[in-house]
Parts: sequence; C-alpha cells; structure tokens
Amino acid sequence: MQQTMSQPATNAPRTGAPGADRAFQWLTLLMALSVFALIALIGYELMRGARLSLHHFGWRFLVNSDWDPVNDIYGALPAIFGTLASSVIALLLAVPLGIGTAIYLTELAPLWLRQPLIMFIELLAAVPSVILGFWGMSVLVPWLRTLLFPWLQKLFGFLPLFQGPAGSGFSLLAAGIILAIMIVPIITSVSREILRSVPGLQREAAYALGGTRWEVTRIAVLSYAKKGLFGAVILGLGRALGETMAVMMVIGNSPQIVLKLFAPASTMASVIANEFNETPPAGLYPSALFELGLVLLGVTVVVNIFAQLLLKTFAGPSVKPQP
Amino acid sequence: MPAISPLTPIRASDHTAGTHGTALTARNLSVFFGQHQVLKRVSLDIAARAVTAIIGPSGCGKSTFLRALNRMHELTPEARMEGDIRLFGEDIYARHVEPVVVRRRVGMVFQKSNPFPTMSIAENVTVGLRLNGLRDKTTLTERTEQSLRMAALWDEVKDRLHAPAISLSGGQQQRLCIARALAVQPEVLLMDEPASALDPLATSHIEELILELKRNFSIVIVTHNMQQAARISDFTAFFYLGELVEFGPTNKVFMNPEKRQTEDYVTGRFG
Ligand SMILES: Nc1ncnc2c1ncn2[C@@H]1O[C@H](COP(=O)(O)OP(=O)(O)OP(=O)(O)O)[C@@H](O)[C@H]1O
Ligand SMILES: [Mg+2]
Repeated sequence: MQQTMSQPATNAPRTGAPGADRAFQWLTLLMALSVFALIALIGYELMRGARLSLHHFGWRFLVNSDWDPVNDIYGALPAIFGTLASSVIALLLAVPLGIGTAIYLTELAPLWLRQPLIMFIELLAAVPSVILGFWGMSVLVPWLRTLLFPWLQKLFGFLPLFQGPAGSGFSLLAAGIILAIMIVPIITSVSREILRSVPGLQREAAYALGGTRWEVTRIAVLSYAKKGLFGAVILGLGRALGETMAVMMVIGNSPQIVLKLFAPASTMASVIANEFNETPPAGLYPSALFELGLVLLGVTVVVNIFAQLLLKTFAGPSVKPQP
Repeated sequence: MPAISPLTPIRASDHTAGTHGTALTARNLSVFFGQHQVLKRVSLDIAARAVTAIIGPSGCGKSTFLRALNRMHELTPEARMEGDIRLFGEDIYARHVEPVVVRRRVGMVFQKSNPFPTMSIAENVTVGLRLNGLRDKTTLTERTEQSLRMAALWDEVKDRLHAPAISLSGGQQQRLCIARALAVQPEVLLMDEPASALDPLATSHIEELILELKRNFSIVIVTHNMQQAARISDFTAFFYLGELVEFGPTNKVFMNPEKRQTEDYVTGRFG
C-alpha cells in the first residue's frame, strides 16, 4: 500500500476504468437510499394500518390511559409509560456498569485480561433475546419474588416506588433488569471505542502533572469523552425502547400506569407482539396496534438519529491545528 | 560497588555556568523497550537553574532520556530502566518514592501542545494545583496570574481567562501548557521539542521565555534546531544511537567539540 502510494503513477497500473468507478458509486448510493426508502415505506404502511385509529382518537390516543379492548377504547399512555419506565430502569443499571466496564477495559485492566473480557461482553450481546427472556421467567422472576423484593421493601419500603404487593415477580423491575443486561454490551463497546479515541497526549498531560490513574481518567479522559459517552448511552436507550421478546416474557403485560417497581406493566413493543394475534382482521383494535407501532418507530428513529449525531460529531472537542 | 561506566560522567558543575549545583544526576542510565536497548549507560548531570539542551538525530533516545527523568516511561508497559537518577541527591526510583510525586517535582512540556480542551484557560493553569488538593480561591487566582505571567501569556489572556483553552492560537496553547506545568512549581522542567510545531515568532516567544525561566527553574530541552540549542542553552548533550557522545558547555560543544561525530552533527554534515 504505502509503496504504491509514494510511487509515481507511471508504473502503477490502475484497475478499472473511471466509468466503472462512477457506476459503483451510484450503485452504493442507491443501496444507501433504499434503506432510507425502506424505513419510509414501513412508516407509510404503519400509517395506513393506523388510519382508523388516527382518525378515531386523534391526539388523545397519546394521552389516554385506558387500553380496553373489551370496550374498544385504546390509549397509548400505559404502553408509553411502561416503555419509558423500563428503559429508564435499564439505563440506571446499565450506564454505570457499561461505562465503568469500558473505563476498566481501556484505562485500568492488565493487558492480558482485556481481550477475554471484551470477548465475554460480546458474547453477552449475542445471546438471543428469547433465551434471555426464558432465563428471566424461570430464574430471575422467582428470585425477585422470593428474595429481592422482600429485601428491597425492608430497606426502602418508605418510598412509594418500592411499596405495594410484591406480587408474582413479573414486573417493571424484572423488565428493567433484563433490558439492562441486553444493553450493557452495546454501551460498553461503544464507550470503549470512544475512550480509546481520546488522544494519548491528553493522558500524558495529566500524568505529567502528577495525576494518579483515577485523576488522569477523570480530568483527561472522561471530560474529553463526555459527549461521545452520552451518545453511547442514547444508543443504549434506543435499543431498550424497541426490545420486545424478553421484555414481554417478564413484564407481566398489564396495561396500567403504576409507578411501582414491583407492579406489572406493558411496553409498546410487548403490547403489539402480545396482542396482534388476538385481534380481529379489521377494526379499531388492530388499527390501534398499528398506531402504537407508528409511535414506537417514530420514537426509536428520533432517539437513534440523536445518538448517531452525538457520536458523529464526537471527533472530540477539536484542538486547534498548529501552523 | 556498581559497575563502572565506560563513559566517565562529565560533570556540568565543573564548568563555570553551573553555579547553582546539580539538579538531576543520571548514572549508568539504560532504558529498554522489550529486548531493544534504547539508552546505553548514560551518565549526565543536569545543572540547576540552567538550560541543558539534548541534541541528536531522530531515534537516538532523546525523548526516552527525558521521560526517564520523571518516570513517564513507566506508562509504557514494555519499558524497563536500569541505573540511578537522583533529584537534588534523592533517588527518584527508590522503593518508597511514588512516581506521582516525582512528576510533580519534575514537570514536562510536550512537542504538541495538549491543553485540556473542555477546560477554560484558567482551569488549565490550576488543574495541577487542584489535583494536589488546593481549593482556596484566592490562592488559585494568584497562582493563575503568576504562572501565566511566567509563561509570558498573561497580557494576551487576562481578559478572557474563562474562555475555552482551545480558543487560543497554537503558540499560545503551548505557552498555556508551560504555564500549566509551572503552576505546580516544579523544580525541573523537561521540554520535548516545545517549539518544533510553532512558527518563527511563536518560537522566539518560547525561547525568550525559557531564558527567563532558568532564573528559577532547571530546564532540560530536547531540540532539533541547532541554532536554538546554541541560543538558549548553557550546556549541550549530544546523543547518538542511545549513547551520550559528548556533553559540556554549549559554547564548547558547538565551537570546539571533542568528538568527530559531534562536530559533524552540529555543523550539519551528519550522514
Ligand atoms: N513505546 C515504545 N516502544 C518501543 N520502542 C520505542 C518506544 N518509544 C520509543 N521507542 C524506540 O526508542 C528509540 C528512541 O526513541 P526516542 O523517542 O527516545 O527518540 P528521539 O531521540 O526522541 O527521536 P525524535 O528526535 O524523533 O523524537 C527509537 O528507536 C524508538 O523506536
Ligand atoms: Mg523525541
């Protein structure tokens, strides 16, 4: 590579005509655009399916807290609440864990330990959602019911968030924990990339001032990488919002708005997956599910674009190039 | 008894300019990167309150030498060092000595300026002090002004101390890095080609600054610029292939070197 670069063009025959190059460019552009078109098409189809519901409920769909198929009344609020609440719980658990792991991997861990740990985390990302859900139902949920819930209630029972019957274990907290396990790998690996892109010279500056490892990490690495790390978190959020199978298996699927960790709930994704088979082929019910899908698509697209923007613009706060 | 070095140490303090004693003493200093020996039993005295220039062709171990003087090389996992370095008589590699403490006493300025981009100008200056646990606002403010004055940057930034550090020009950023290193009041300042990325005007700023600073600090500067070494240094050490070839007062090294290699290098006839 290097050699052909520095050699004069005379004896370096170029393969392919400029025409082929141009065609290749167009082809790849077309493929990139087709992805965009696909998303637009999905959005359009959802919109078509949701037309009845859109027409019938209008904006009230988003703020109505009744999801009542028996009386044919549909409001998205319980599912929106469940989606946000389970995602927030997941972030609270996964962000410290993911970023902490990334810091350990890039700044502190001995070299021989890094590769095995990275492999393990990537393995975690490869566990199929349904397997995780299965584990959640058979191990996590009973454990929550018999051990964690009573224990948490004893410690924090004075807070409304921890009150209420411990119930079956199928709960918001179960969903949050499962989601956390699912998004830790992405938060860790994206954060790791971000931390690795912090220039070594920044670390050296802090070391040369007599900083300890932790101080160097804090003043030279974390503050430099802030924005990128935020992007990693938002990317994790994007994953959590749309996750379906495992959440559906442990959340209890109850369309209610109860701000209690031990109460069952539902998410937009879990409602769609859970109920679509039971709906009549036409009518308000399937249409409302379509609209729920439309809301979910909109939210995840926006969140993901936001995350991508944060990560793209993170070339680090640029240090002025010197003359 | 340690083995006797093949190179007899040349004491800067034997010569007239080093009237303040010796700041750093290196004896039989060898540094290895894995199996590769980069520095070969270098023995050298760094005079206090004087400027010592390190010159030599690229890859001869100048930066490695500098980084051994404040234990920065320990950040490279495969680096290993042998020999003895004393800071005003104290063994900086002794068991009980923390590298963190050594680096506070022996500061460093890098080739490429590296201010902390998320911090303001003032925060960059005081970051080392704050690491040391200094919290008192008035002291921090005083030290900010004092350090920026010493780095000849005060007049240019006094009205925008809270602007981001990266809003400064390249030369200003480098002087800010010098101010940052000075703020913790080190005894020795190591500078690795501090002006090589700057234009001639900014370079002359830095050179004047170094001449000013040597009244209070002991300075070791690596440079590829022979005129610069001649202009600002009291002593010059010429390294070649990891060995210290010649060391003495700058006048002598440049006008009347003892070794042929030195003469070839300082006159630009190096092959
Ligand atoms: N981290 C490292 N790992 C392995 N080898 C290294 C490392 N750093 C430096 N070296 C080797 O040590 C030798 C001396 O390097 P050093 O950076 O001290 O040279 P220098 O005299 O400062 O050169 P320059 O003038 O180009 O800055 C070189 O051969 C270099 O390849
Ligand atoms: Mg160097």
